[in-house]
Amino acid sequence: MTQRVITGARYGLRDWLAQRITAVIMAVYSVIALVVVLGGVPITYRVWKDLFSQGWMRVATLLFAVSLAWHVWVGVRDILMDYVKADGMRLAAQVLVLLTIAANIGWVIQILWR
Amino acid sequence: MSEAAVKTAARGPRPKYLNLQALLFEIRLPVTGWISILHRISGAVLFVALVWGLWMLDRSLASEAGFERIKQYAGLWPVKLALLLLIWAYCHHFCAGIRYLFLDLDRGVEKETARLTSWAAFAASFLITAILGWKLW
Repeated sequence: MTQRVITGARYGLRDWLAQRITAVIMAVYSVIALVVVLGGVPITYRVWKDLFSQGWMRVATLLFAVSLAWHVWVGVRDILMDYVKADGMRLAAQVLVLLTIAANIGWVIQILWR
Repeated sequence: MSEAAVKTAARGPRPKYLNLQALLFEIRLPVTGWISILHRISGAVLFVALVWGLWMLDRSLASEAGFERIKQYAGLWPVKLALLLLIWAYCHHFCAGIRYLFLDLDRGVEKETARLTSWAAFAASFLITAILGWKLW
């Protein structure tokens, strides 16, 4: 029988799949953002501010941020599971990463809807 | 010498253990291995750098003065260097990631193809980094 570890993965397909789906969402956003930023007018404060004031850009950026958060969680958790062998240390590191991700999401929302 | 003995002699003493010396000097990664470890490293670096990027986004959107300050800040050479490194990390993670998506779909899993696509991912990420670096400055 497999030894189950409380701070491990949930032995499923979900996170693996989520990492791939969020990757595709971020890739699409990256390409669009790059075209918008490089393909248009020179970026002044007005242009920059207007871009992030538009509804679609706010929603798309939030979607990107949430995708990134989920993607980062799966990725960093994998790294921690590979290299941090002590259960307590790993749990502490994982909690720290989760808190960091949550704080970043909060900050993104604050930046977008100021 | 028997065939097996020749093989053993050619491969050096066994078993081998993973230690720093082995990792640095004895085990040479194939290009697919470099893609893999750099995908992991670039991902970790990007996660750590996220807070820096968010800070710059925050300041640049907060006010006109903040925007100008970030513009000036991004022109400093250590900042430029760090940004270029992060752009490369993003491009590598992007290109290698797309390669992995195809591998997940069982496309390009043969050794020759896998090595070829690895070189392609390296080339593409460096090319895009160069273009973006040139466009930005």
